[in-house]
Amino acid sequence: MASTIRVRAISNGDTTEVQALIQHPMDSGFVKDAQGQVIPAHFIQQLTFEHGGKTVFVADWGPAVSKDPYVKFAFKGGNKGDEIKIGWVDNKGASDATTAKIQ
Amino acid sequence: MTTRSAIRFALLALAALAFAEPSARAADTPDPVADAKAFQKFFTQKFPKVKLEDFVNGPYSMNEDMHRQWEEKEQFPPYEFALEAGKDMFSKPFKNGKTYADCFPNGGIGIRQNYPYFDEKEGEVVTLELALNRCREANGEAPVSYVKDEMASLTAYMAYTSRGKPMDIKIPNDLRALEAYENGKRYFYTRRGQLNFSCATCHVQSPGERIRAEILAPALGIMNAMPIYRSEWSGMGTTSRRFTTCNSQIRGVPLNPQDEEYRDLEYYLSYVSNGLPISGPGARP
Repeated sequence: MASTIRVRAISNGDTTEVQALIQHPMDSGFVKDAQGQVIPAHFIQQLTFEHGGKTVFVADWGPAVSKDPYVKFAFKGGNKGDEIKIGWVDNKGASDATTAKIQ
Repeated sequence: MTTRSAIRFALLALAALAFAEPSARAADTPDPVADAKAFQKFFTQKFPKVKLEDFVNGPYSMNEDMHRQWEEKEQFPPYEFALEAGKDMFSKPFKNGKTYADCFPNGGIGIRQNYPYFDEKEGEVVTLELALNRCREANGEAPVSYVKDEMASLTAYMAYTSRGKPMDIKIPNDLRALEAYENGKRYFYTRRGQLNFSCATCHVQSPGERIRAEILAPALGIMNAMPIYRSEWSGMGTTSRRFTTCNSQIRGVPLNPQDEEYRDLEYYLSYVSNGLPISGPGARP
């Protein structure tokens, strides 16, 4: 299966701007399906971005974040060609990770 | 008034009527070419700052702030996942070994601008969504839902391969085709639902205005961006989904997706947007 994570990281000299889109249902646990059954909560709990062995961004998420979440942030440092590692873990223990090169 | 002048006046009035009649009749005969011209002129005059090809971006074309939002969104569009799924589905063979490409001219690539078309053999309007499900059925597969998921992904991929091509809907020299066009036009301008809105109330009379938190899209080019990812739906939706939800939002009873009226409506709306580029899949707030 294709990765659930799309990343784009662009260096502007001093800082690196990172954008990511993650495919995840992010079910809050408060929604019912067409049969009236509650859809159990299923959401990303932690999202981590690493650069050069250092964690540059951590998001502790809960059920209130929308489906297919989008993140954008910038950090100091990062050169063109460096690798960034991105990973998430959800409340059911599932996870995905990918790497991207800074452009 | 003397009798003579009264008679003269009556004669003049009759003559005026006689002159008026042919032009009145001319206005009754459908003239799609003039319709499309007038339709596009209406929008370009209402929004003189918006370039003609920008109308396909719906609410994002309506003001500068929205336009900036759109530019940013397009850098990382929310329909990417659907696009990828659509590409996979499109190339994956059916159980009998054939693919979607076998059902379409040019292997299904870059043909979005020709849909919907009028099928002279069947005597009806065929939309891309209908053609896709017919292709599935012809190959022994169950049809998929018209409103979202697979259908939205497939049409997203097909629209993507046709991006930038001008919408090119033809009305063949067939009375039934003209009738379908007229039928679609009638549907567009007819008021319905508890709120007594027609499609035109929102999308011709008030594009650019707010309806609650949303900015209404202009009807011109609205089909060119289909299917769309709507943040409100947090997912993709097809033309069928747009039509049915529009109908229920005005508190009317929606028809079934791909009913004749909806297909005729799509035919009409696409025809009057002829010449505007395909921009689908689109992203909408």
